[in-house]
Amino acid sequence: MSTIEQENLLLKGLAHNDKTAIEAIYRDNYTMIQAFILNNSGSVDDARDIFQEALIVLYEKSRLENFSLNCQIKTYVYSICRRLWLKRLQQLNKFSSNVDKLEETVPVEEEIENHERKNNDFILMENAMSKIGEPCKSLLDAYYLQKKSMQDIAADFGYTNADNAKTQKYKCLVRLKKLFFAQYKTE
Amino acid sequence: MNEMQILDAVERYLRGEMSPQEIASFEELRKSNPEIDQMVVEHTYFLQNLETYEATKNYKHSLNEIEAKLSEEGFITKPQMKGTAKVVYLWKKYKRNVAVAASIAGIVSVVSGSVMVIFTKHQVESTKTELVDYVNTRTKAKNNITVINGNTAITMPPQVDFRATGFLIDNKGYLVTNAHVVERMKNIYVQNNKGDYFTAVTVYTDKNADLAVLKINDSSFKETGAIPYTFKKTSYDLGEQIFTLGFPKNEFVYGEGYLSAASGNEGDSTAYQLSVSANPGNSGGPVVNKNGEIIGIITSKDSKADGVVYAAKSKDIFKMVEDLKKTDSTINIKVPSGSGLKGLERTQQIKKMEEFVYMVVGNANQ
Repeated sequence: MSTIEQENLLLKGLAHNDKTAIEAIYRDNYTMIQAFILNNSGSVDDARDIFQEALIVLYEKSRLENFSLNCQIKTYVYSICRRLWLKRLQQLNKFSSNVDKLEETVPVEEEIENHERKNNDFILMENAMSKIGEPCKSLLDAYYLQKKSMQDIAADFGYTNADNAKTQKYKCLVRLKKLFFAQYKTE
Repeated sequence: MNEMQILDAVERYLRGEMSPQEIASFEELRKSNPEIDQMVVEHTYFLQNLETYEATKNYKHSLNEIEAKLSEEGFITKPQMKGTAKVVYLWKKYKRNVAVAASIAGIVSVVSGSVMVIFTKHQVESTKTELVDYVNTRTKAKNNITVINGNTAITMPPQVDFRATGFLIDNKGYLVTNAHVVERMKNIYVQNNKGDYFTAVTVYTDKNADLAVLKINDSSFKETGAIPYTFKKTSYDLGEQIFTLGFPKNEFVYGEGYLSAASGNEGDSTAYQLSVSANPGNSGGPVVNKNGEIIGIITSKDSKADGVVYAAKSKDIFKMVEDLKKTDSTINIKVPSGSGLKGLERTQQIKKMEEFVYMVVGNANQ
């Protein structure tokens, strides 16, 4: 198998939350990123943080329909991490113009912007989720996260039948939706 | 169809669980009924968000699991070389600050040796410390200098005893700061981010809200460009993210925090409480929310608790401006409206604001 094919396989795995693929990408890239962050006034915790965020960016990209990377995973991850770390340094007012450029990089501005938008949506949904309370949270989790059937959910949550569970799910969903969109209005 | 049936249909439609016949009639329904179509659009957006959220949550879970596994294995380790790197870094940063401070013509020396005295109101509010910086008298001698900068002569203030912060409310040269700041000053000077000094006078104080209006009365002052921020008139939310700009030292200092209570020290309803870091010199500095709206002005901090800072409310600024217009009809202050900061990144917001936030210095009432 060529490198390109191997990498595409890894990315496909990533898109489906395949742990073997994630681990392989961790093993191939983490050490390089840690060295970069430590060399530029960061800590190991910073490195773990930045690396995870970069893998989330990569994940978001790999889920896009007509997705292509146009460079090696290594270059991409390094470019993202470098950009994220520069941003973090700026936020901390630690302007340092000469951040090491160890590797070649690709332009990633747009990706980071997309990621920030998605991350914002994620936080909005997380906020709304944290407010709906139980059993709604577990019920929606079971249906949308664990993809359980209505029959199973009815049995697990003690509803008399699947139709009852469905009505409950509907009520919870409407509440969540209300909470979610309410945040848009106050923005 | 009721709403539940519609939402259910949308879900099955998106998941491809409908038969071709069902799809056809569903699409027909959308076309003929714009209300239903709108619901479908909204629900689709929401469901996509929900699914992305759940998938990302699962993925983050996997990331954490793998990170924990690799840490246990020793693949991710903490090396032992951090200490020295940090010291070197801090030294470099410190060195640069010293250089910047020196380059602002050394009005106030922030290097070791200068004494900072904090003024405390001892009467009622025993834990409230106002944040005017008392500047060491040792540096006074250096200030009798006239610097020639291009064509404009900038005369340094003859003597500086206090330093605080203020910001423009009208580009004709009106600034807002705290009443307790101007109370202490006999001669007041304000300095913009270019380093130009102007003389200023107090035109109004509201001791109750701890607010004051200054007017730059210096002939060398030119009307500035449009003020980018607005003042928030309405209520605020607990937990709202805020940032501050001010002069706890001889250059801009940025602070970040959140609104932590709706009233100030001992239930003071003219103020609210923030969780942010502030120091002597921050008094009179703007408190800005993420949309670039001014929601308050830093006044003081709790001397017993860390990071507990009080701020006057922006709605009292409106009140003060109204009162001021009543007492003196020649003064025409227009509170800026229409935010040019909304949606900008924080660093951009700060860049745009810098020109309008002034250092307020002065010498003692004698």
